[in-house]
Amino acid sequence: MPSYILKRLLSAIPTIFVIISLAFFLIRAAPGGPFDTDRALPPEVEANLNAKYHLDDPLVVQYGRYLWDVLRGDLGPSFQYRDFTVNELIASGFPVSLRLGLSAVLLAMVIGGAAGIIAALRQNTATDYGVMSFAMLGISIPNFVVAPLLIMIFAVNLGWLPAGGWNDGAFKNTILPIVSLALLQVAFVARIARGAMIEVLRSNYIRTARAKGLPGWQIILKHGIKPAMLPVVSYLGPAAAAVITGSVVIEQIYGIPGLGRHFVQGALNRDYTLVMGVVIFYGFLIIAFNLLVDIIYAWLDPKVRYS
Amino acid sequence: MKKTAHTFRHSISGTSSLGRIISALLIVALGSIPFTAAAKPPAGVKLAEEQVIHRGNGAEADSLDPQISESTNASNIQRDLFESLVSEAPDGRLIPGVAKNWDISEDRRQYTFHLRENAKWSNGDPVTAHDFVFSWRRLVDPATGSRYSMMIAPVTNAEAVIAGEMPPESLAVAALDDHTFQVNLDAPTPYFLSMLTHSSVYPVHPPSVQKFGRDFTRPGNLISNGAYVLDEWRVQSHIKLVRNPQYWDNENTTIDEAYYYVTEDMNAEVLRYRAGGLDMTQENLPVSMLDWIRENLPEELVISPWLGIYYYGFNMTQPPFKDNPKLRKALSMSIDREIITDKVLDNGVIPAYGFVPPGVLDYEGYEYPWKDMSREERLAEARRLYREAGYSEENPLRVELRYNTEQNHKKIALAIAAMWKQNLGVLTEIINQEWKVFLNVRAEKRITQAFRIGWIGDYNDAYTFLELGLSNNGQNDTGYADPSYDKLLKDSFNTGSVEERAAMLRQAEEQFLGSYGVAPIYYYVTSRLIKPYVGGYQSNIMNHHYTKNLYIKAH
Amino acid sequence: MSSIIQTDAAPTQIFPEDAEVLKGRSLWDDARNRLLNNKAAVTAMIVLGAIVLLVIFGPLLSPFSYDYPDWDNIYEPPSVGDAHYFGTDSIGRDLFVRTLYGGRVSLMVGVVATIVSLLIGVAYGATAGYLGGRVDNIMMRIVDVLYTVPFMFFVILLMVVFGRHLILIFVAIGAINWLDMARIVRGQTLSLKHREFIEAAEAGGVSTPNIIRRHIVPNLLGVVIVYITLTIPQVILIESFLSFLGLGVQEPLTSWGALVNEGAEDMETAPWSLIFPAVFLAATLFCFNFIGDGLRDALDPKDR
Repeated sequence: MPSYILKRLLSAIPTIFVIISLAFFLIRAAPGGPFDTDRALPPEVEANLNAKYHLDDPLVVQYGRYLWDVLRGDLGPSFQYRDFTVNELIASGFPVSLRLGLSAVLLAMVIGGAAGIIAALRQNTATDYGVMSFAMLGISIPNFVVAPLLIMIFAVNLGWLPAGGWNDGAFKNTILPIVSLALLQVAFVARIARGAMIEVLRSNYIRTARAKGLPGWQIILKHGIKPAMLPVVSYLGPAAAAVITGSVVIEQIYGIPGLGRHFVQGALNRDYTLVMGVVIFYGFLIIAFNLLVDIIYAWLDPKVRYS
Repeated sequence: MKKTAHTFRHSISGTSSLGRIISALLIVALGSIPFTAAAKPPAGVKLAEEQVIHRGNGAEADSLDPQISESTNASNIQRDLFESLVSEAPDGRLIPGVAKNWDISEDRRQYTFHLRENAKWSNGDPVTAHDFVFSWRRLVDPATGSRYSMMIAPVTNAEAVIAGEMPPESLAVAALDDHTFQVNLDAPTPYFLSMLTHSSVYPVHPPSVQKFGRDFTRPGNLISNGAYVLDEWRVQSHIKLVRNPQYWDNENTTIDEAYYYVTEDMNAEVLRYRAGGLDMTQENLPVSMLDWIRENLPEELVISPWLGIYYYGFNMTQPPFKDNPKLRKALSMSIDREIITDKVLDNGVIPAYGFVPPGVLDYEGYEYPWKDMSREERLAEARRLYREAGYSEENPLRVELRYNTEQNHKKIALAIAAMWKQNLGVLTEIINQEWKVFLNVRAEKRITQAFRIGWIGDYNDAYTFLELGLSNNGQNDTGYADPSYDKLLKDSFNTGSVEERAAMLRQAEEQFLGSYGVAPIYYYVTSRLIKPYVGGYQSNIMNHHYTKNLYIKAH
Repeated sequence: MSSIIQTDAAPTQIFPEDAEVLKGRSLWDDARNRLLNNKAAVTAMIVLGAIVLLVIFGPLLSPFSYDYPDWDNIYEPPSVGDAHYFGTDSIGRDLFVRTLYGGRVSLMVGVVATIVSLLIGVAYGATAGYLGGRVDNIMMRIVDVLYTVPFMFFVILLMVVFGRHLILIFVAIGAINWLDMARIVRGQTLSLKHREFIEAAEAGGVSTPNIIRRHIVPNLLGVVIVYITLTIPQVILIESFLSFLGLGVQEPLTSWGALVNEGAEDMETAPWSLIFPAVFLAATLFCFNFIGDGLRDALDPKDR
């Protein structure tokens, strides 16, 4: 196993390199530049800006310079938020998104996992349908509907919670965003866990265990949950990486200073360096989480072996 | 349609800019300062114990550096942080700022500003003419990379410095002494003083810029000369300003702390306002919520004219609109503007039959004479032109209409496509595009046919609109090119009187509109919610609302 | 009914021959019987059938067209009297007709794009998982890369290069959505491949492609079907995001995603503009969900 992990870590280097290269040229190929607005810049002014940010060099030279900067850990200045570097923007946004995202993922794992397992154990009963219908709500109602609804109920009408704002991370301000983020994940986890649990319950080893006369719950706890979590973990790897890097919809509606907006707003603004920065950051997370998933796999199911 | 009364318009257009300057000079000569920059609450108003205001401000400021920032979200905040040579009263009138008065030379090409001796930076340093020299040079210095450097293009040598042909030191600005700042212009520029309210010409504190570089706008580093100083900047969350005790007019400032929140989602902003998190919203309320607001919060809704025009452009360099003024006119005439303003949007915007918004300083705009025709007459004329342009029911015009993705743009495009179809039989394909793609396609003038544009003026003068028709203007996306128009605008700089200039500009506007390269749709308004306990707020066409003019009543 | 049949058949169509080789006709009859005995699944099929019929023929019940704006009837609440059964939208268009037209688009996009991502995802994931080792490593690193590539630029470029064809919607959505499917399938395959029956097949000299098709894929069905029911809603919502970028369905045509999006803004003034499309969308997703569960049970190899 340690040698496998080492191998994977080494393979991260070319992966990141490919990500950077692909993203760099993809982003530059899109029409529009960071300084285009409806107030068209006079040519001299545009030339000054391009010179300042080295955008007037040949693309390959820019690419080389960018790679060198990234190697030194410098993601460059943001083109949109011109008082900040990309490093600073990521450093200020990520802790916020991480906190909300981790809370949402944990909530989803506990609630969704439990719901899925209960539904599987009571397959095709009213409990099953009830639990799963509730879980489905999280998928069927998109978060741009859920979030304003929650604000309307809990902030405007009941006045229990603030309607938005981060307020330096006060607990009150995080409740609605976390719930909004978690709803979708609860639905996913519940559905996947239910399906997987049903598979497990029908597998030979559980049947064997049952035949041996072990009591039901003991079988579930001892032999059921671990394999049932396999597809959940498989889903949660990249999903967790996505959730902890923020959601643009949730951030804009609740006014939260997270990282998620940069993926979308950065792209709309053609903030080349900021988009590249969050892409690389996200790339690292994806690689890390997928590696973690594969390690957890081997632990959950001893039959899984990597060579 | 609900329009808020707009009383200040008369007061502005009633005073000529020269007259205003002269009166300012006279009063200063009398040795008093009648225009206080900050409005003291009227006697009898009971103020709240806690003078804190929470303002919604849309997207995050792109920068707090006056010479760097480009967005209005940023200048809203900079207006509180910095003070220019001139400032604005709550109703938008120009008033002395750091300059207590100024002299204008006979040929109106030289401005000499006399700075207040008591103007100070927030660290106690005096604000000097040298600081302005430093800041203005910084604005045009190519190394700064300012997007607004052309703002001071009228200053002698500015364009050469921007183009890198001359060093920044050759910019024709000078500090005659610590408190006298002199500017030389290439030509008399009637809007020069109005322009000085723009954030790009705000002064910065030279020692801290030199010391901190890009980081000089951070809390703790930022030395400012306005009524407030930067206390907190939580990126994408909020900016907190606190009173600047060094500000020369500090005693007339009432509010102690101002919070500017990032509110990107307009609907969510209104909810936040209703839940009590905000005291006032940014300048746009979502159309879909207005009915609810009018019914439930009528007292808190303020709608007022804004210096902007929403229009459609026809690409005059490509078929079908190239060399086809009749077709363009037919399409423009068959747009029922009142339906768009009163029914589709119903948010207070004003139907536009001219190009320069009403309320612009010293200017009475041109309007299409067919504005006063009945709907039937207008449509009959449009149909006649449409036929003369070579189209008919059997041979309808097929046209592409482009807009950038946004709810209101979409509604208007759908409405206009329906009008063209119903009134003329035109078959319109509407195409939405992502903003930057749209900008590029529009500027290329290659595949565009009809498209939407909007323009908010940079300063309070007709020229900021009319220059869009210059053949070499970067925003001239219709391809309108008329040497006589270019000459007319150029000549307008050298006219003697305000009236003469206004007449020339009006003639230019008529010429521009008469080409039917554009179809004006509506004049912008601002719409915002303000809590009844916020005092001192006055509508103005620039949508500039200094926090120092506001106060919080006891509630 | 076409879209139901497509969806239901989707997982099985891929491997009809295997199924026949392995089990013969009668087992398929068994599966069908089991499915028809599942009350939730049958109800869902009936409801979904009704939705599909309504989406296809419903507009005939209304005197209005989907694109006619009526300035004098903006934001009309639902009413049977004036035939605006679902009310009107912000420019006076009839929401009943628009909801049904939107359903055509969303159902088609949802089903087709899901099938695209299903085909790619299952084939890719099963291959990577079964072959393992270096191949697995390379294939999964490619997935990592694709996860990270900024989707919006990909879409913008697609449009710049190819214009705005409907087929691009499927390409754009399919291209991004198969990644999750591939990862999940690969994970399951890893745990399957050391099971006794696979090892037995290997020992018996069955070729790799045949093992994947006959032994791995049928055992993945459960997870795959569940995941399909999760993919469809995502796809329907991504479609409205593509419209935002200029790809996808353009006005005056619409989709459920776009309608829900608009309705969300008018939630308070005109709740009907959110409620009707949202109910249709949710009902459809619930149906897919219960049908999916029913199918999963019916096709479970361990029950056969």
